[in-house]
Amino acid sequence: MILTIASREFRSLFLSPMAWTILAILQFILAFLFLTQVEAFTTLQPKLASIEGAPGLTDIIVPPLFGNAGIILLLVTPLLTMRLICEERRNKTLSLLLSAPVSNIDIILGKYLGILGLMLLIIALITLMPLSLLFGAELDLGKLFANILGLLLLVNAFAAIGLFMSCIAGHPTVAAMGTFGMLLLLWILDWSVGMNDQRSELFEYLSILRHFQNIQSGLISTVDVSYFLLFTATFIALSIRSLDNDRLQK
Amino acid sequence: MTTLIEAEHLTRYYGKHCAVNDVSFTLAKGEVLGFLGANGAGKTTTMQMLCGNLAPSAGQIKINGFDLLDQPKAAKLNLGYLPDTPPLYKELTVQEFLLYCARLHGIDKNAITHAIERAKERCGLTDVADRLIANLSKGFQQRVGIAQAILHNPEVIVLDEPTVGLDPIQIREIRALIRELGQDHGVILSTHILTEVQESCTHVQIIDQGQLILNETIAGLNRQMDTGTLQVSTRLTPDINSLLTIPGISSIESITENRIIIHHSVTANPAEQIAALVIAAGWGLQELTPVKRSMEDIFISLTKEHREL
Repeated sequence: MILTIASREFRSLFLSPMAWTILAILQFILAFLFLTQVEAFTTLQPKLASIEGAPGLTDIIVPPLFGNAGIILLLVTPLLTMRLICEERRNKTLSLLLSAPVSNIDIILGKYLGILGLMLLIIALITLMPLSLLFGAELDLGKLFANILGLLLLVNAFAAIGLFMSCIAGHPTVAAMGTFGMLLLLWILDWSVGMNDQRSELFEYLSILRHFQNIQSGLISTVDVSYFLLFTATFIALSIRSLDNDRLQK
Repeated sequence: MTTLIEAEHLTRYYGKHCAVNDVSFTLAKGEVLGFLGANGAGKTTTMQMLCGNLAPSAGQIKINGFDLLDQPKAAKLNLGYLPDTPPLYKELTVQEFLLYCARLHGIDKNAITHAIERAKERCGLTDVADRLIANLSKGFQQRVGIAQAILHNPEVIVLDEPTVGLDPIQIREIRALIRELGQDHGVILSTHILTEVQESCTHVQIIDQGQLILNETIAGLNRQMDTGTLQVSTRLTPDINSLLTIPGISSIESITENRIIIHHSVTANPAEQIAALVIAAGWGLQELTPVKRSMEDIFISLTKEHREL
């Protein structure tokens, strides 16, 4: 039942120009960034060869690419998730789901997996770029995997916040703004840490960027992975609660 | 008779405003229940509660024996619902949409094609199956909404104003469909069109300001309409005193010389004797019609009575 809802959500995205446009623009920008990074490596290569323990091909190309992808997805995710529940409520199609023999958990998870499908597609397309280097070079596949995992966990969290905002907002634009604001805040949260000498452990822990960079560096620790998983689970649970609340109060 | 819906003491508040107040009723298989009420009387709220879209503030709903709150999935399996705005994904074609609904309601894989064909046929959608829902006229969209509600052959079908936006021919088809569905399902439909209730329902309920003020069978309603009044026209002036001797007649008033109104008790119908007397006396019978209260009259008088209380 979850998969039925997810597959409809996924297919509906491709019935409008939305998904195609986003995929195309995203691929174009990231390909451009990828190529500049490859260019940088070829100019730096002679110098790097003389330094001992210098960063390799993977270090120079992959983390910046995935880091930039993270920032661009921070801008794009709100646009993708804003309509999930909000639009259904506005078009009154939500009652189709509510009166069908599916639980609210099924509805939310279905919606979430549907949008996650598109995110996975985006990540797969990004991954193809560094993989194309395998034709003529060697890659540190472990590091590449860490970056893929990091980005995967990151979009999981993004999509969960977006879904929750779409549940509580009355209008898709409001949902998009809310998601974007919240993501940006969490992204820049640890910037304040560096300003004065005081370190805020809480802010540091809450910051998405820090956890993402930790994983990107190839250090997959339980703390960072569980941060993302907890984050995602919390917002999915909140979304389910919010949908339950719809029935109780109006 | 299997009871399909048991609603007990349903109450629903929106903030402080009480939209539905202590409504109880049952629906059995083979019944078509018409839900009548003015705008804002609480029809849609009641239906949303029946279909699990809205939780009642108090009260209990059982669908086909399953409590809607405790076993929502089992209860909703037996439910088909058409809300006041048909819930349609406009970017899908009719066929795709119905396929999605079929999967959502857990129809067996092998039975899906047949179920969709049948629903399309019943709602006259076969010709438009491959068109986008967004491009269909309102009437067709309404029909897709009905198709969606009957697709999985549910025991209980709840239709919120099913004939809104349809042309007269479509209205007639949909009413026939509702009557047909009523034979082996339980159907609830809400409407503010009174003739619709008379044409397609077996039972009628009138709701006003959140309260149920009438719960009757159509036959019972017809009896209520029978006011015990006959209108008689004759060519010559009739003799009122000799008419008064007929048993069962309570009073006679004459409107014009040749036209009188006869009140009689509801239990006895003296029409035959009156006709015989008028003809025997040679007054020249031209018209003898029972005066009936219309559905509108009953509806208006009941709501008026209720509001004055």
